[in-house]
Amino acid sequence: MKILVPVKRVIDYNVKVRVKPDGSGVDTANVKMSMNPFDEIAVEEAVRLREKGAAAEIVAVSCGAAACQETLRTALALGADRAILVESDADLQPLAVAKLLAAVVAREQPQLVILGKQAIDDDSNQVGQMLAALLDWPQATFASKVEVSGGTLVVKREVDGGLETVEMALPAVVTADLRLNEPRYATLPNIMKAKKKPLDTLKPDALGVDVTPRTVTLSVAEPPKRKGGGLVADVKELVAKLRNEAKVLS
Amino acid sequence: MAILVIAEHDNAALKSATLHVVGAAARLGSPIHVLVAGSAAQGAAQAAAQAAGVAKSIHVDAPHLAQPTAENLAAQVLAIVQDGGYTHVVAPATGYGRNVAPRIAAKLDVAQVSDVTAVVSPDTFVRPIYAGSVFATVQAKDAVKVVTVRATSFDAAAATGGAGQVESRPAVPDVGRSRVTGQEIAKSERPELASARVVVSGGRALASAENFKLLEALADRLGAAIGASRAAVDAGYVPNDYQVGQTGKIVAPDLYIAVGISGAIQHLAGMKDSKVIVAINKDPEAPIFQIADYGLVGDLFEVVPQLTAELAPR
Repeated sequence: MKILVPVKRVIDYNVKVRVKPDGSGVDTANVKMSMNPFDEIAVEEAVRLREKGAAAEIVAVSCGAAACQETLRTALALGADRAILVESDADLQPLAVAKLLAAVVAREQPQLVILGKQAIDDDSNQVGQMLAALLDWPQATFASKVEVSGGTLVVKREVDGGLETVEMALPAVVTADLRLNEPRYATLPNIMKAKKKPLDTLKPDALGVDVTPRTVTLSVAEPPKRKGGGLVADVKELVAKLRNEAKVLS
Repeated sequence: MAILVIAEHDNAALKSATLHVVGAAARLGSPIHVLVAGSAAQGAAQAAAQAAGVAKSIHVDAPHLAQPTAENLAAQVLAIVQDGGYTHVVAPATGYGRNVAPRIAAKLDVAQVSDVTAVVSPDTFVRPIYAGSVFATVQAKDAVKVVTVRATSFDAAAATGGAGQVESRPAVPDVGRSRVTGQEIAKSERPELASARVVVSGGRALASAENFKLLEALADRLGAAIGASRAAVDAGYVPNDYQVGQTGKIVAPDLYIAVGISGAIQHLAGMKDSKVIVAINKDPEAPIFQIADYGLVGDLFEVVPQLTAELAPR
């Protein structure tokens, strides 16, 4: 079985994001970039499936600027076998990315696509579901456990009130939630080896996909800062203030 | 031109998020139709028709819609939307809505706007990005707008007072490629976390599942729901559905009590719209104190029992 793992390059989760002075967007100049953490979990899961003998090949794919090669090299260092960059400097929105990935799926014919449930930059939580829809494949979003046996996929998913188990025929799309696994660290030898693994580049035009944005960001702004009200000395003062000042206790 | 709301429900009744979505839909236009796709879901369909502002509740009943897969629910929504006349398809930004809405948008070949916190105009929305540290104002250009809305950002429509009709429609066939084979849903006497008036949340400092009982005693006193930070969930102290934060539940209760939670940005993203925030932490430098209305520096194992005792009926 071949697994396709889409990965996104995002501002590192430790970076304090800043809005550009003109409010046109977020400042990404000279900011540390990393693989979206949920995609890292997806790569790890694919590698574990290969280690268990359930998968033969893992192909990482990223859509975006040339710098996404770094993200793909990270995926290769974590265990992907080869990589594909769909290179574009355009503003690639979730629907466009899903269409690009659907075109890559048509070329690569994987049985399983695993990707993060959302990217921590735009927090859209759309691409996996959109890709499954475009391919007419079943989906298992927010996965916390994945098992493959024969042509069947069994996934435990995190739902609002707890967990749900879904069973589906392959091919399918899985989106990774936080507790699916804990990704390994890339070792230095694997980082060196990753530099020699194949990385192909495609253009959206060659895939026949129109990536024109469908939404326009008119402005971005930081929300008003919530200011703390200071400390209370003890429980008695706390309860008194909650009753008499905040009036949230009867 | 109408607004289609996808109801989240348990067949017998509507989930509270649905009424908040109806409240948001009222800002987009009218008439508002609510789709209740379920099995033996007359109760939920009736409730939807009675909600203030709802013109029509569309009831579709079939065994495969009892706990529908995204594939089946999306196919059903598409069948309704393709009958025409809808400018917006609106779902709650809960696990239920997030699972299905992008599937609908992709099939309609339109963009989706996720997790909307304010409606500027029928095509322009405010939504959080970067874990809520930035808010973007986004204009959708497609003819049909698929939107998920953050329930806590919109007032709920009144549950009664509407005069909508219930209209039955035939179900589309089971897509059949996938099925739900099991559920582990925690039963609790406490209010639903996402809509509770008071929330008591615990963090890593609780140090064990056993110690969460301390919070249960406090929550019982307050009629509160119990939440947790990601650290506490990852450590296995409580199940995943307790998680409050960027990737868990978004809450905005009247009173949020954070116990032993340091206040990582991912956690703050899920609770900083609470009306009053109380933080109890032994580390005076914990970031949670910067946003708490009332901070109490102390050992939670002493403070929480004291607080529970202090709140005893007088």
